[in-house]
Amino acid sequence: MTEILTVLSKKKFINILPKLNRRHSTLLRVTFSSLILLCIIAASMLLSNDRIATNFDLKNLPPSMAHPFGTDWLGRDMFTRTIKGLSLSIYIGIIASLSSVIIALILGMGAATLGKAFDTFVTWLVDLFLGMPHLVALILIAFTVGGGAKGVIIGVACTHWTSLTRVIRAEVLQLRSAEFVQISRQMGKKPLWIAIHHILPHLVPQFFIGFVLLFPHAILHEASITFLGFGLSPHKPAIGVILSESMKYLSTGMWWLAFFPGLLLFVTVRAFDSIGENLRLLFDPHNAHE
Amino acid sequence: MQLEARNLSFRYGKGPLIINNLNLELKSGEILGLSGPSGCGKTTLAKILSGYELPQGGSVKIDGKSIPSKGFNPVQLIFQHPEKAVNPRWQMKKTLNEGWSPDNELLDSLGIEKAWLKRWPNELSGGELQRFCVAKALSPKTRFLIADEITTMLDAITQAQIWNVVLNKARENNIGVLVVSHDQHLINRLCDRVFIGK
Repeated sequence: MTEILTVLSKKKFINILPKLNRRHSTLLRVTFSSLILLCIIAASMLLSNDRIATNFDLKNLPPSMAHPFGTDWLGRDMFTRTIKGLSLSIYIGIIASLSSVIIALILGMGAATLGKAFDTFVTWLVDLFLGMPHLVALILIAFTVGGGAKGVIIGVACTHWTSLTRVIRAEVLQLRSAEFVQISRQMGKKPLWIAIHHILPHLVPQFFIGFVLLFPHAILHEASITFLGFGLSPHKPAIGVILSESMKYLSTGMWWLAFFPGLLLFVTVRAFDSIGENLRLLFDPHNAHE
Repeated sequence: MQLEARNLSFRYGKGPLIINNLNLELKSGEILGLSGPSGCGKTTLAKILSGYELPQGGSVKIDGKSIPSKGFNPVQLIFQHPEKAVNPRWQMKKTLNEGWSPDNELLDSLGIEKAWLKRWPNELSGGELQRFCVAKALSPKTRFLIADEITTMLDAITQAQIWNVVLNKARENNIGVLVVSHDQHLINRLCDRVFIGK
């Protein structure tokens, strides 16, 4: 008898823990990931610029309580630099990949719905941009508009829409011949109405996946063109600048210069990935109710 | 009113002629059957009549006037596969009200339950989805209805229920109905006249 009671009480104890269904845990993951990103952005505003001023008394310190990520060869606090750099990179990454995805969405939908001439033009444009190495195009565009964050954003946006445009164009072509779209046309609906109500909801997964895949790409490109000297100015704390500079000091045993910024970059990208994936799960009716 | 197909001919791409010099009339209020073996072009004819495909030769007209390509088409087609005919990312309510807003009486007579309106298409069976497609096509602006094997996947009782509603509505609004089916008994039961495809 007592045995049964203990088993029962054990069961009761388990029931006290909230039982999450998939929708709840998905929402939880989205909030958690967004919180990480918000923390990084908020922290970058709170941390003062004094900590990244040059201070030769404190140079090359390994991680400690006062400097959790250590300091670099100029005595700048790496934690502050990383957080500030990351928030600048998040900002650049979001704007660049978002505008790139929107360009792809507009061109892809236009190519599939606005007639043959426009389609040929878009396909030609895609081939043109895919035909040259996009780092070259990126440098060219970033240099022409005057470098800096603006150059990186415009450069990434103008060079990274191509493959997603192809995917979206193919998807729209397939949707256009779907029976429910044809019925809608016979019901007297206008092409624009059909594009917004029927076709756009089907492009949500492509939108999120495109965005999530482009985001780390944008940050890494920011790093590479800064490394080549066409991007941000070297004293701006961007994650690309930090990583490329750290590589030079890695051989002297200062591992913390690259390790922590790299780790945080990974966490950020993973957070974006998780937000994108979970939002997609929430919006897709095939998964939304499980 | 009369829906007329004159000297229709049609082929897919460079394939053989599926429809060759076909003539057909459907008067308002008439129930016409269309029957024939698989692959003889019944569905293709249904699509041409309702404006989903353009014929290579001949024409489809209402009272001698060609059907406008914009706006609500007075010739509505109900497809054989309702799963493909509804947008999987729309709740049923939006699908139902896309062309017009069917009244409660029609929904009740078709056996559409209120709770279904908030569901997604993947949560309903084929028969349940087909009722929505029928309700959608029975708009007051519909003059001719092309029913392409619309009850093939349903049990006999549901079949009878749906056809009852369609026939009543057709009588009420003076709609001409083309019943495309394999089922000889169904056609004999429903139709005033039968057209056999080759």
